[in-house]
Amino acid sequence: MKNSFAILLKSPKFMIGAVLFLLMLALVLIYPQINRKDPLEMIALAFQPPDANLWLGSDNFGRDLFLELMYGIRTSIRVGLIAGVFATVIGLFIGLVSGYVGGMIDNLLTAVTNIFIVIPSFVILILISVSINSRSSLVTAIIIGMTSWPWTARAVRAQTTSLRNRDHVHIAKISGHSTPKIIVFEILPYIASYVVMAFVLQTASGILSEASISMLGLGPYNTISLGIIMNWALVFEAPVAGAWWAFIPAALSIALITFSLYMMNTGMDEIFNPKIRS
Amino acid sequence: MNAYSRYFVKKLFWYVLTLAIAIALNFFLPRMIEGNPVSMIVSQMSQGMTDSDTIKRVYETFMAEFGIDKPIWMQFLIYVKNLFTGDWGTSFGLYPKKVTDILASAVPWTVGLQLPAILVGWILGNVLGAVAAYKKGVFDKAIFPVALFINSIPFFTLAIIMLYLFALTLGWFPLSGGYDFQMVPSLSFEFIGSVLRHHTLPFLSIVLVTIGGQAIGMREMSIYELNADYVLYAKLLGIRDSKIARYVFRNAMLPQITGLALSLGTMVGGSLICEIVFSYPGLGTWMFTAIRQLDYPLISGCTLLIAITVLLANFTIDMVYGLIDPRIKASQMEEQ
Repeated sequence: MKNSFAILLKSPKFMIGAVLFLLMLALVLIYPQINRKDPLEMIALAFQPPDANLWLGSDNFGRDLFLELMYGIRTSIRVGLIAGVFATVIGLFIGLVSGYVGGMIDNLLTAVTNIFIVIPSFVILILISVSINSRSSLVTAIIIGMTSWPWTARAVRAQTTSLRNRDHVHIAKISGHSTPKIIVFEILPYIASYVVMAFVLQTASGILSEASISMLGLGPYNTISLGIIMNWALVFEAPVAGAWWAFIPAALSIALITFSLYMMNTGMDEIFNPKIRS
Repeated sequence: MNAYSRYFVKKLFWYVLTLAIAIALNFFLPRMIEGNPVSMIVSQMSQGMTDSDTIKRVYETFMAEFGIDKPIWMQFLIYVKNLFTGDWGTSFGLYPKKVTDILASAVPWTVGLQLPAILVGWILGNVLGAVAAYKKGVFDKAIFPVALFINSIPFFTLAIIMLYLFALTLGWFPLSGGYDFQMVPSLSFEFIGSVLRHHTLPFLSIVLVTIGGQAIGMREMSIYELNADYVLYAKLLGIRDSKIARYVFRNAMLPQITGLALSLGTMVGGSLICEIVFSYPGLGTWMFTAIRQLDYPLISGCTLLIAITVLLANFTIDMVYGLIDPRIKASQMEEQ
């Protein structure tokens, strides 16, 4: 484990991704401490172009877009991380139980997983969001997490099934270890690298899901996220007004965050799966 | 019964079950809204309406449609019966238009946009990914990060950037809509030309993002296959490179077909939002309007139609897959 972490630090792809992500995280955590203004305060005219004072101009309500962007990135990352945790934990649990216990439970859980892989999670996301009246960013994150676990579940199940018949698991069984103990100490360490990678990917897709759902106007209330900034830009016709600063920075931020996460994932993939190193 | 029809029946059973669950979700989730949805909705949409007769008529239409007075399982049965008889309800926002009529007008646009775009993006992406894995070197080093970056741009983000660049700043393409407003849909050259010009930007933005994701997947699969023992063996036997490349391509292709089936839902969702950016007269734009007006029948009509389409597409891919993957054929033979 220590060894693979050392290799990870030498992988340029992983490092580029990680540094990019941490830099962005640092910026959005520190900047609001320096500029303590309320991002929703209207301080300028509508769609004022960027200048020395307003680094990214103002939006349709005359609010400081740079400040909004900082808060937006913060919310989006937070939603992505929470959604990632939920999706990974649910997927891991279902995959482990289904793969290790086998039999009827496995058949049932696999059937459920396959069904929810085919029904577009996007559709379920819309249906739930429409039905819930008070959506905080936490609720949105949990909904996203609850609709995106099947991928992880399927992969974890496949790996657990193959691990179940290894000798060290048999020995643990004969020695009388309990099932939860075997799963945690004999199976989990072997799939830990996969789980970390799945978490990174789930976080990236959580950020994308949040952006999509907010673009549709179903995003969290009382907060600013990257998707919400884009939704405002579209609803108030910023492109037609020529106000590129109202949507391009938000769009690029989404791309940059997901890109950094994908880079980290690819870097890890090459370390943990030496076969695909080109 | 031969092996393939057994495979067919088994798959069909699972897809019918999945469809049933999709329909149930579509019915039960929106009914989680607290209180009487009908009175809530009617009070919302009748704001500004003064004629009490009209309000009453609207209220009665929706009461009958929702069947609030009956027990929930009865409501569900009525809902399913209505679905299969082609009655998908009445739109709130565009009362008294039928949801099916709105959907019917939107579907040709969405299909005409997404089907070619996803297919073209998928094919180009796979070819590029295979070439990147095979050629390695500079080509691979250049293509991979670019593909990864494009892949991390959400569909609609690229759409907005393209809209701003090519439609607004350069003025090469129209800003929004499916055809010029002043035109009447007909089979003239002018109209088709107008449709094509409006089609280009949304089409390109979907194709580009699809290429990115597919190229990455194919590159990884191809590298994996290129390192396999059979490739080394074939090389030692002195088989020509082009022939080996063909073997590798075919082997790497199979998981990509499953990948297409599995990521279809995400792709369709992304492309729907892409439509909103261009105000393209398809399902996505209607859904956007419906959500803003809290037009529940239209929203659930859209989601149901999307779910059914994705299921059908998956089923088709599964059927084709059963034909072309020798392993599936073999496993069926064994079962017999």
